[in-house]
Amino acid sequence: MGELVVRSVGGPVLVQDAGRPGYAAIGVGVSGAADLASYALGNRLVGNRPGAAALEVVLGGLEVEATATTWVTVTGAPAALTLDGRLEPSASVVALRPGQRLGVGVPASGLRCYLAVRGGIAVAPVLGSRSRDTLSALGPEPVTPGARLPVGDEVAEDLRVDAVPPSTYDDAPVLRVVPGPRAGWISDPDALVRTRWTVGPDSDRVALRLTGGRLERRDPDRQLPSEGLTRGAIQVPPGGEPIVFGADHPVTGGYPVVGVVVSNDTDRLAQLRPGETVGFRWQ
Amino acid sequence: MILTVHPYGDRALLVELADAEAVVVLTDHLRGEEAVGELVADVVPAARSVLLVARAGVAVERLRGVVPDEKHHISPGSGAFRQGLPPVAIPVTYDGPDLAEVAELTGLSDSEVVEAHVGSEWRVAFGGFAPGFAYLVGGDTRLQVPRRETPRTRVPAGSVGLAGEFSGIYPRESPGGWRLIGRTDAVLWDLARDEPALLTAGATVRFEAVDG
Repeated sequence: MGELVVRSVGGPVLVQDAGRPGYAAIGVGVSGAADLASYALGNRLVGNRPGAAALEVVLGGLEVEATATTWVTVTGAPAALTLDGRLEPSASVVALRPGQRLGVGVPASGLRCYLAVRGGIAVAPVLGSRSRDTLSALGPEPVTPGARLPVGDEVAEDLRVDAVPPSTYDDAPVLRVVPGPRAGWISDPDALVRTRWTVGPDSDRVALRLTGGRLERRDPDRQLPSEGLTRGAIQVPPGGEPIVFGADHPVTGGYPVVGVVVSNDTDRLAQLRPGETVGFRWQ
Repeated sequence: MILTVHPYGDRALLVELADAEAVVVLTDHLRGEEAVGELVADVVPAARSVLLVARAGVAVERLRGVVPDEKHHISPGSGAFRQGLPPVAIPVTYDGPDLAEVAELTGLSDSEVVEAHVGSEWRVAFGGFAPGFAYLVGGDTRLQVPRRETPRTRVPAGSVGLAGEFSGIYPRESPGGWRLIGRTDAVLWDLARDEPALLTAGATVRFEAVDG
């Protein structure tokens, strides 16, 4: 089997797959690709089995080579794809031949691209998954220049599609939210859906930290025993600025959850850049 | 014993319970149910609740079927999980930086704090905070102390602490706000083991005082 050789990285590059559910009781979260639909699309385009590992690339800047001819594609945030400097259509399936260099540019919108390779990235799994959990520091180490990533054999079918239309992201997303188990702890939970929130600079795979408003608690002194969390849970810490949990969220948390973003909308959360705005509406 | 079942987004249910003991009992029960394996991707026990996350393709409403109601009496040990396993022994050197403070807060002497900590069996209620960190319940109720006002930025691996109704052991160096009464050489988390976590849900734990 061939290897993918990393020549340069821009933003963080992590190996990700569908995650490792089932270990919450020993303090290990699910993790996995932040934008699951884009990740899954990449695997489909290169004919992989669902769950094969890919590279999650923040804000482009990645350059790789392959030691053997490898079919690859880039999904998610629409980034310019180059083969030895020559522009290829975004979200197309291309053959990367030995000696050629594939570049993933900075996406025009969105935040995270997925580089899927036919066969999957075959680094050693940890607890059944190749996802890097940044909160627990579990799973494959972040990808750095010089890394040699083995290509696996998780192939399910022939290549059938040359390209798909690239994703586009609107400027003012409004995401659907189900009222959370502790919405009643907040004096005015509707402030969540009335406010246009700004994504804070300290946002990451663990959580988006929102600014631009405050949610007040009815009783600031009331203590909540820790409760389970999911991707998309919106927690209100004492300061009142909400935190929207992402792929690497803690297993449990001790602040009230005012709402939970529906599962189909959490992928959009993963494509928000710091400084962009986001709104919510009750479902 | 089930207080409320809350919807939690469109993929999960949060079952609210009266206390940590009920969490242990329900988690045990769920592990013994075949339907849970088919419908539930993850069971997340916490202090007073258990979160059930649906598997892909499973309608969240179906999860309600695996939550026992009043008609189904469940009692400790009714699940198939962890029955009859001996307690995990944790040797502890009781020289923690907060031991004197805990003594002051509880009105006990240093040695009485140690006697209370080793004097009863603890049980793992749930995990969280870090891989291998277990929230232990069921200990001596005199040991309930609040967290530190200001968390430490660096707590060494193996530190044994108290917070609220819980005792716990830090699996690795991390920040932390628990009051530290001792330290252990026990390895709480090791990925080279078949079961990386030393303390798994439902396990019982007995602390033993050692000179170190």
